[in-house]
Amino acid sequence: MQTQLEKNRARQRARHPDFLRTALIVLVFALPIIGILYLYSLINGSLDSIQAFGFGFLVSSKWIPNPPNGGPPILGALPAIYGSVVTTTIALLFAIPISLGIALFQSDLAPRKLRLPSIFLVELLAAVPSVVYGLWGILFLVPFMSNSVDPWLLGSLGFLPIFSGYANGLGMLTAGVILAIMIIPYGSAVMREVVTAVPRAQREACIALGGTRWETMRMAVIPYASTGIIAAVVLAMGRAIGETMAVTMVIGNVARITPSLFLPAETIPSVIANEFTEVAGNGIYLAALFELGLILFAVAFIMNLIGRLLITRLAFHGKVASDA
Amino acid sequence: MPKSIATRRLINKVFIVCSTLAFLVALVPLLSILYETLYKGFDALNFDFFTQMTPPIGGPGGGIINAIQGSLIMVAIASLIGIPIGLFAGAYLYEYPGRVANNCRLIAEVLTGVPSIVTGIVVYVVIVATFHSFSAFAGGIALSFMMIPIVAISTHESLKLVPNSIKEGGLALGVSRPKTLLYILVSTAKSGIVTGIALSVARIMGETAPLLFTALGNQFMMNSIFGPAESMTVLIYEYGTAPYQSAHVFAWGAALILLLLVLGLNIVVRIASRLKPVTPI
Amino acid sequence: MTSSSIAGWQPTASVTIVGAGATFPQPLIQKWTVTYNQLYPQVTISYSGIGSGGGIQQITAKVVDFGASDAPLSNTQWAAAPGLVFFPETLGGVAVTYNLAAYGIPSTTVLHFTSSVIAQIYMGTILKWNDPQLVALNPNVTLPDAHITAVHRSDGSGTTFAFTNFLSVTDPNWAAQVGYATSVTWPVDTAPGAAGVGGKGNPGVAGAVANTNGAIGYVDLIYALSNNLGVGAVENAAGNFVQPNLQTILYAAQNATGTPNPKDLRLHIVNAAGPQSYPISTYTYILTYQDMSNDPNISLPMAQAMAHFFWWAVHDGQQYAPGLYYVPLPANVVSADEQLLLTLNYQGTPLLSSS
Repeated sequence: MQTQLEKNRARQRARHPDFLRTALIVLVFALPIIGILYLYSLINGSLDSIQAFGFGFLVSSKWIPNPPNGGPPILGALPAIYGSVVTTTIALLFAIPISLGIALFQSDLAPRKLRLPSIFLVELLAAVPSVVYGLWGILFLVPFMSNSVDPWLLGSLGFLPIFSGYANGLGMLTAGVILAIMIIPYGSAVMREVVTAVPRAQREACIALGGTRWETMRMAVIPYASTGIIAAVVLAMGRAIGETMAVTMVIGNVARITPSLFLPAETIPSVIANEFTEVAGNGIYLAALFELGLILFAVAFIMNLIGRLLITRLAFHGKVASDA
Repeated sequence: MPKSIATRRLINKVFIVCSTLAFLVALVPLLSILYETLYKGFDALNFDFFTQMTPPIGGPGGGIINAIQGSLIMVAIASLIGIPIGLFAGAYLYEYPGRVANNCRLIAEVLTGVPSIVTGIVVYVVIVATFHSFSAFAGGIALSFMMIPIVAISTHESLKLVPNSIKEGGLALGVSRPKTLLYILVSTAKSGIVTGIALSVARIMGETAPLLFTALGNQFMMNSIFGPAESMTVLIYEYGTAPYQSAHVFAWGAALILLLLVLGLNIVVRIASRLKPVTPI
Repeated sequence: MTSSSIAGWQPTASVTIVGAGATFPQPLIQKWTVTYNQLYPQVTISYSGIGSGGGIQQITAKVVDFGASDAPLSNTQWAAAPGLVFFPETLGGVAVTYNLAAYGIPSTTVLHFTSSVIAQIYMGTILKWNDPQLVALNPNVTLPDAHITAVHRSDGSGTTFAFTNFLSVTDPNWAAQVGYATSVTWPVDTAPGAAGVGGKGNPGVAGAVANTNGAIGYVDLIYALSNNLGVGAVENAAGNFVQPNLQTILYAAQNATGTPNPKDLRLHIVNAAGPQSYPISTYTYILTYQDMSNDPNISLPMAQAMAHFFWWAVHDGQQYAPGLYYVPLPANVVSADEQLLLTLNYQGTPLLSSS
C-alpha cells in the first residue's frame, strides 16, 4: 500500500512529468550508441578474418596479402603487435622516470611562483597535434638521430642485439622517442594529481623525523601514491599504443620482427593507416585490418579500464586514510 | 650501517637536480618544435599561401586555402553535433545520478581512450561506404565521435564543482529543476564548461587519422559538405612525407598555423579561466 | 573523329567529381583537373592519390566517381565490379632511383642495374653498394662500402605491380619467391642484415629515398627527376642499359603495345623488345563504369562532364604529358580509347555524341 506521501509524490509527478529527464536521457544515450557502433562495426568487420585465421592471427608473422601462387591472403598480426609493444616499451622506459621527476618537481620542489607555469608548459606538450610531432619527427628528429645519436649508440653499444645492424633514422628507436615525448604530459599529469593528493600529514611526519626531501618522497609520498603512479603508467601505455600519425611517419612501415631497434618496423595503427584505403575488394584482407583495429580497441580499452579502476581504488583508500 | 648526514644531503641534492632536469628535458622537444615550426613555417606565409588552392603535386606556387576551409568546416560540423550532445549528456550525468549515469560516464571515459584511427575506420564503414562518398560530413562525424565524450565528461565535472548551496538555493526559491539547471547552475559553471569545450575543439582540430578515410582530400575548395575535403592535418601528413622541398615548406606553414590556433586556444582558455574563477554568490 | 566535334560541348550544370587512385600519374591527372577547371569553371574534378589498390577498391565500392590504377585489373577484380571499364590515359616509366650524394656520387651519375641485381637487393642477398656484382656493372664509379636501404611501397601500388612484374618476367628466382602484385611480401624486410623501408605512395617512396643516404627505390620518373635523385640505367631485353626518358619509354610502347582491343585495353609493355626500349615502362588506366548510372551518386550532368573530361584528357590533355615526363599516347592507343569512350553511356544513352 502506498503511503499518503508516496501518493502525493506520484500525483505531482503525473502533473509535472520530468520533461528534462526525458530530453536529457535521449542525448546521453549517444554515448552507449557510439560505443555499440564501434563494437559492432569492429566485430562484424573482423568476422571473415577471425574465421579464416582463428587465434593463429595473433601469433603468425606472415603478412602476405597477395601470395605469388595466387592463393588467398596469409595474414598475421605478430609484426604489428611486436612493433607496438617495442615502441611502447621504449616510450615508457623514457617517459616514466621523466614523468615522475616532473610530477615531483611540480608538486613539491618547484618554487610557488613557478608551479603553475611549469604545469602549463608541460600541458602544452599535450596540446601539440600528433601530425606536427610527426612532421618534426621526420624532418628534424630522424636526421638528428641518424647523424648524431645512432652512430654513437652503434659505436659504444653496438655489441648488444638491440643496437645491432645499421641505422638510417627511420625505425623503432626514433618512434619510441617521439612516443615518449607525447605521453610525458599525460603520465606526469596523473602522477602529479596522485602525489599532490598524498596527505600533508604523511610528509610532515617524515620531515618531523628528520628526513630530507628525497627521503620524504621515497619513504612517505611515493609508496602512498604507488597505486596512482601505476595507474598513470597504465593510462600512458594506453595512449601510446593508440598513437598513429607521429609513429607512422617515422617508423619505416615494414612488417618485420627484429631485435634491433634501429630497423624499420610497424605498429598496429601504422598498418591500418597505410593499407586501409586499398584493401582491393579482398574480403579477408579488409577483415584482417578490421581485426587489427579490434585488437587495438580492446587493448586501449583494457588499459583505460585498469588505469581508471586503480585511480578509483586510490581515491577510496585515500578517503579512508585521511578520515582516520 | 646508517648513512651520514652529508651523504643523505648529497643524495637529496642529486634528487632535486634530477627532478628539475626531468622538467627541463621535457621542455626541450617543446621548444624545438616551436622553434622549427616558427622558423621553417614562416617562410611559407605569404598572400598566395592564404588565398590559393593546393597545386598539383610537386607543382609550383599555390596555397592552402582549401585545406584551411576543410579543417574549419569539419571542426564546425563536429562542434555543431558534438557540443550540444556532449553538454546535455554531461548535464544528465550531473542531474540524475544513478545506474544509467554511472554506466554512461564509464562508457564516456572509455570512449575518450579509443585510438583515433579506429574511429576513422568505423566511420568509413558506417558513413562513407554506406553513402558511397567521401565527405566532409563523414569527417565531421568522426571528429564528433571524439568530441562528445570529452565534452560530456568536462561538463559533468564542471557542474559537480558548483557548490550544492547554489542548487539548493535555487530550488528553495521555487525555481523548477530545469530552470535551476539551465539558468543557475550552468551559468555558474560557465567558465569551466566553456574551457572544456574550447579544449575539445583544440584537440579535434589537430586530429588526422579520423580524416584519412572519411574526408579523403580535395584539390579545390569544397562547395558541399557531402563531398571530399582537404584538411590542414592531412596536408601536413602528405606533404611532410613527400620529397619536394616546396611541399615541406607548405607542411611547415600549415603546421605553424595549426600550432598557433591550437596552442593559442589552449593559452587563451587557461588565462581566461584563471581570471574568472567559479565563485559562489 | 576528332576532338573538335565534341569541343562545342558546354556543361549543363555545376558538377563536382571525385577521382582517386594511383600516385604514378598523379602529377599529370591533377594538372589536367586544374586545367580543365580553367576551361570549364563549372566542372570541378578533384583527384586524390591513394595508390592503385585504393583506386580499384574505391571504384569497385562506388565510393569515388572514377578510379585510376597502373596495375591492370585482374580477372577476379574485374568480375567483382560488373560494368567497370578502363582505358589507358598515359604511360610512363618506373625509375630505379638512388641517393648516394653523401658518398660523393651525385644524382647525375648513372648507375647500371640488371634485373638480377635489383632482385637480389630487394631479396636482401645484396647488402652493400660495393657488392662485387654492382661494382662489376659500374666500373667507372667508386661505390661506397655502405648499406643499401631498399625502399618499397607500404600501400597497394600499380608502380609496385609494374616493378615486380618486370622482376618476375626476367628473374625466375623472384617469380618463384615473390611474384608480382600491387602489394607483395618483400624478402628484404625480413632478411638478416638487410633493411627495407616502406613509403606511402610514390611521394612517400621518393621522400624516403631523398631522406636516406644509400637508399634505393622505384618511383615514376618525375618523382626522381624533380627531386634530384639518381635515375639508373636498367638492362633491357636486348641487353642494353637504358635510362627511362620520353624516347625510351615510347620505344617500349611502340614495340609491345600490339593492337589494342577496346574491349580489354590491358596492355603489357614491361620488358619490351627493341634495342632502346626502357624495360620498366607501364601504361596507367582510368577506371569508370560503362553505364555511369551504375553509381547512384553520379547524375547525368556529372556523367557527361566525366565523359568529356576523359575525351579531352586523351586528346588535348596529352600536350601536358611531356613536360611532366609522361609519354603522349601512341595514335593506335588513342583510337582504341576513343572507341571505348564512345560506349560510355547513362542508362543506355551515349554520353559522347558523334555528331
